[in-house]
Amino acid sequence: MGGAHSAREEGTDGISRRRFLGYVLAGPILVTAADMTAAQSARAAVPTVQPVDFYDLTDLLTDSTMPTAHLITVAVNPDGTVSFSLPRAEVGQGITTAVAMVIADEMDVPVENVKVTLADARPELLFNQQTQGSDSMNSLYTPLRVAAAAARGRLTQAAARSLQAPLPRLKVRDGHVYAPDGRSASYGSLTRAAASERTARVVAQLKPRSTQTVVGTPQRRTDALAAVTGRKVFAMDLDVPNALPTMLCRAPTINGSARAVRNLAQVSSMPGITDVVVIPHTQYIAGGVAVRGATFGQCIDAVRALRVDWGPGTVDGVSESDVLGELMANELPMAPALGQTLDQRFTFYFRPGDPLEPNCAVADVRPDRAEIWSSLKTPIWVKQTIADLVGLPEEAVTVHVSQGGGSFGRHLFADAAFEAAVVSKAIGKPVKLMWHRTDSFRQGRVHPMATSRVRVTYAGQNVLAFDQRHTGVVTDIGEGFGDVFSAMVGHTEAGALGYSQGYFNLTANVPYNFGPVTQQLNEIYELGEFNTSSVRSVYGSDYSTAVELMVDQTAKVMGQDPYRFRRAFARDARMTAVLDQVASAASWGRPMPPGTAQGIAVHREYKGFAACVAEIDCRPSTVDRKIVDAYTGARVTRVVFVIDVGLPINPLGLEAQMMGGIMDGIAQALSYSLHLQDGHFLESSWDNAHYTRQWNTPPEVQVIVMPPTTDTPGGAGEFAVPTSMAAVACAYARATGTLPTYFPVNHFDIDYEPMPTVPPIPQSPTDGLTHSGPTVKGAG
Amino acid sequence: MATDTHPKHKRKRTPTHTFILNGKQVHVNCPADVRLLWVLRDLLHVHGPKYGCGLMVCKACTCLINGRARQVCGVPVGELSDCDHVVTIEGLARSVGKELHPMQRAWLDYDVAQCGYCQPGQIMDAVGLVNEVHAAGRQVTDADLDRFRNVCRCGTYPRIRAAILDAATEMHASSEYGCISPVKATLKRRKPPAFTG
Repeated sequence: MGGAHSAREEGTDGISRRRFLGYVLAGPILVTAADMTAAQSARAAVPTVQPVDFYDLTDLLTDSTMPTAHLITVAVNPDGTVSFSLPRAEVGQGITTAVAMVIADEMDVPVENVKVTLADARPELLFNQQTQGSDSMNSLYTPLRVAAAAARGRLTQAAARSLQAPLPRLKVRDGHVYAPDGRSASYGSLTRAAASERTARVVAQLKPRSTQTVVGTPQRRTDALAAVTGRKVFAMDLDVPNALPTMLCRAPTINGSARAVRNLAQVSSMPGITDVVVIPHTQYIAGGVAVRGATFGQCIDAVRALRVDWGPGTVDGVSESDVLGELMANELPMAPALGQTLDQRFTFYFRPGDPLEPNCAVADVRPDRAEIWSSLKTPIWVKQTIADLVGLPEEAVTVHVSQGGGSFGRHLFADAAFEAAVVSKAIGKPVKLMWHRTDSFRQGRVHPMATSRVRVTYAGQNVLAFDQRHTGVVTDIGEGFGDVFSAMVGHTEAGALGYSQGYFNLTANVPYNFGPVTQQLNEIYELGEFNTSSVRSVYGSDYSTAVELMVDQTAKVMGQDPYRFRRAFARDARMTAVLDQVASAASWGRPMPPGTAQGIAVHREYKGFAACVAEIDCRPSTVDRKIVDAYTGARVTRVVFVIDVGLPINPLGLEAQMMGGIMDGIAQALSYSLHLQDGHFLESSWDNAHYTRQWNTPPEVQVIVMPPTTDTPGGAGEFAVPTSMAAVACAYARATGTLPTYFPVNHFDIDYEPMPTVPPIPQSPTDGLTHSGPTVKGAG
Repeated sequence: MATDTHPKHKRKRTPTHTFILNGKQVHVNCPADVRLLWVLRDLLHVHGPKYGCGLMVCKACTCLINGRARQVCGVPVGELSDCDHVVTIEGLARSVGKELHPMQRAWLDYDVAQCGYCQPGQIMDAVGLVNEVHAAGRQVTDADLDRFRNVCRCGTYPRIRAAILDAATEMHASSEYGCISPVKATLKRRKPPAFTG
């Protein structure tokens, strides 16, 4: 409960740290928004050089949203609920819960009364409808609070009139305004009186941190009940009339295109099949041969039956050894060695980038309009592109953002939505289009292969210089991020080097006092066209793992303990704090049996700091443990993770995000990769590409959320990946006595028979009634 | 615009399959080899079971068939008989006469779900695991949990382990969750066709 903060017409007062301008929008019920234009200009102008100490990706993304903050509104409904249409994707990261918490806190309504839905594509929002860079809470926190505070101010003013009580003596609790004598009025009953006939500017007074009662407290997900009862609706669960299952028969090599179908009539007459059509490969879609039918099972049958003449792909004949050679040949030169140096190259192989929900979308394209449903992180770009693809004006295309079954960066691209639109137009019917899992591994977007060279120059007990040259297959950032970079850094040094350069320069850092540090990225276009995307943490997982392994190597030659060495060279008190916390909670340095060890790592990004201690068991009895149809290998037995995000909104959700990132980090360090051979990836199943499963889950995982260190939330979604991957790699090096120089460390243990590439997808088993789990070696 | 809500049946009349879905008898017309996952999702519009691989590997589609956890992406609908009980996540709570099954409640207590896509399969497999372990007269062990194959790409594995152990305790304490149906899976089984990759 708190006193009634005022929301006054502008001009009566200046704007302080907790006073912002907001709007009350014209309408029958109360609808409010924030005006963040002043907040934006208060920050330094976009600089031409971006050392992350002064301006980083989070600043860039947040600044890009401020000019349109006033278009994001909070509405108070007559039933007392508060509606917010969120211009971000919910893909499991918990943003809808966190947003509901922020609004509930500022307005003093129960969290469950805040109804958060995902907004359709709204081009007028410009850069304010993208979900990336772990920036959602950083960019939304203050605008949401301003809009909510403006609403609360208007509602209490209306209550003062209605209850005929003095404004300063009103109290607000659980969506009701109380007069000193106990009489009350609900928000729902006040919304019409609080509404405005004309759009008006108001001053919104934010709550002081000390009176926030929801922000910073653990809150369960608002969609948890729907998730555990099967009622949560994903794109493929929508029953759009006549949108029948649709799949594509895809090429045997990456980006190969279909030329002709030899047995079109035969496949068209297969049971359940309604349409078979060749979809050409273009810049936006992989293409192939689309089949539409009564069930996805019958689509699988049809895809497998198709006899297709395929044209060449974009990397035909290329294997990963060729890629490695090309990367090494294109590494930028290191700084000259001026003293004693430690030099090392690390290789990071291709990794899958897809979540569990496959690429999918529903599309209904008519001659005069189109409607699309999909989990999308860049819906405005998708709407504009689909308008182009199907030849309709932008305003005739409606793009709905569905709840996403994971993303990890994947939904910055909309391959399924583009395909669905093109197929629906081609056959003149609605489609429910889904990729087969095997398509995701073989034709999907991947984390690009890269090398990272590090040179540490040192003398005695001091590091004199630190250089890193990161060289990779091109990360496709241009389309998903392009608008922001072109607008915000297009004329700067970082922007001129390309979007991925800009991204790298705004994120990469070495958080130690190591003298002059240079980190440079070189991405190789000559390798041909791979399908890549900014997979969770993008460059961070790789460059940071290389840095942290070399930090350990440096500590070793200086005869220092890895934790004490990091602490001695830490550049920031927040970094020292997370290091101390993790070392203490994990009992750093405790005796461990031979073949097992602890590893420690730290990462700075997203306006925060993280530190991780991983314990690993590399003894043969563990590495060779037998689990049916499982890749086992070294096991991480314990992880302690400390996270400082500035202001944590929902510690329970933050813990979940860290836990998931830790599983990614373990997978990327030890077991999760793709093998490029002769123009295609060998993997076709979750049992080939070894993402962490229960048998590799640490029995003990502890996440410690640091108390608030700032008054705004930093990023969370990607944070744990680089930190935990580096900690696991460091633990592996210490347990085995051997520095791992490529990742994942099991990359050359191929424990399965690759499936053929024609037909491109496997048939489902038929013996599922007799047992549970995979049956056929190679199938799973 | 062309419509084809009733897909063409070009060769011959498709057979009718009958089974018990979440306590109610259902009939569906389609070829016998269509896997139950697609019968549920595409023909009966029961969307709880999810597709994640079609290879019985990720287990996002797991349902209970006569009390046992089964991956319905690998069950041809023609294998079911009219007395086979199929329970999806939508019918789980009702199958034990509760608002929520103890496993679902444990899932809420531990705030297990992230994106939620794999969770129906995780929960159904967890119920199947606990039923089988209890039927064998023992408790869930770490080794059982290590073998729990379901993919969660969000990585909420530690909370899954905690929730299963928690629910198993409650299920063990009550005879209400005894669970593997005495109705044997029907034996109109043919030799499965060879897998051709």
